[in-house]
Amino acid sequence: MSEVIKVGMADLKVATPPNTIRTSGLGSCVGVVIYDEMTNVFGMAHIMLPDSSQSKQATLNIAKYADSAIKELIKQLLSQGARAFSLKAKIAGGAQMFTFQSGSDLMRIGPRNVEAVKLALKQSKIPILAEDVGGKSGRTIEFDPLTKTLHIRTVNQGTAAI
Amino acid sequence: MKDLNQLNSFHLDILKEIGNIGAGHAATSLSTLLKRKIDMNVPNVRVVSLQELPEQIGGADTEVVAIFLRIEGDAPGSMFYLSEVQQAEKLIQSLTGNDDFQLSKPPFDQIGLSALQEVGNILAGSYLSSLADFTNLNLQPTVPGLSIDMVGAILNYGLVALSAAGDHALVIDTHISEVGQTQEQTAGHFFLLPDPDSFQVIFKSLGVDVNE
Repeated sequence: MSEVIKVGMADLKVATPPNTIRTSGLGSCVGVVIYDEMTNVFGMAHIMLPDSSQSKQATLNIAKYADSAIKELIKQLLSQGARAFSLKAKIAGGAQMFTFQSGSDLMRIGPRNVEAVKLALKQSKIPILAEDVGGKSGRTIEFDPLTKTLHIRTVNQGTAAI
Repeated sequence: MKDLNQLNSFHLDILKEIGNIGAGHAATSLSTLLKRKIDMNVPNVRVVSLQELPEQIGGADTEVVAIFLRIEGDAPGSMFYLSEVQQAEKLIQSLTGNDDFQLSKPPFDQIGLSALQEVGNILAGSYLSSLADFTNLNLQPTVPGLSIDMVGAILNYGLVALSAAGDHALVIDTHISEVGQTQEQTAGHFFLLPDPDSFQVIFKSLGVDVNE
């Protein structure tokens, strides 16, 4: 029986086939799927903020920030038997849900998250095979490890697979 | 105050009163607009984890109509007015007299959308100005943004400012409904999410010792 593993906001999880992994309601957040093409180990992170050095928390929630979440996700994948050289990534999210005249940094959080995720993946030398980022719509994404496709559902633009 | 768990029941009661006053004024505005009786419940003030918040509004996937604005000034924060899609449709139909107005499939009627945004503006504005009067604080709303989308995606936005400081949000939740309607036909929810540093300012303005 295959199960759908759910990843919450500021959360990350690792899974193995035939289970799929899903996160709902990505707005300015970015959903990152990293998978090993050979061993089929895969995982997903739901990232809220770009940079963990901006944290004002006493105990850091590593899944919340792009830099720390991607590091942790890779670590967990490797401990599950994934191999660093065959890791690939797909990303989605980073939308601008509301448009405001004043373009403060807070309101640009979507694009900033996307940039930070791409940078963190690049530093870890993981290629991004597909992406669906930006825009104005919220996304629910689900990754199917057997076909390696990321299914993306939006409210008004239907579904897509990348 | 950095830790939301330091809040005691006295503090929560004060925040409830803030929700009460704000939503009370907003309900009056809506009632004047629609020429109908609008009722409101006693506000619900709670500390919830970021993960739980979307679940409490029917799950992150649920489609809602949202008006969002940032509060700027002495006590920054985020404010949402959330409404079910059907309810927002009905509201605009009765306001504009256009019975064909729908929000289930784009393209949407521009006049209807504009009316909806204005309703959000009026409701949020009256909530906020009564709050500013009550606390004597300088609070300015940004121009509200309108979005019809998944509730999880929408809340992401308001949570960004406070998520850098913690994994919990304090939510002042008030819902308003038309008199005679059942619970399912709630007109909408107000969510006030003060930024972490704003609590101290709000309590201080009301003469309450934070560390009480």
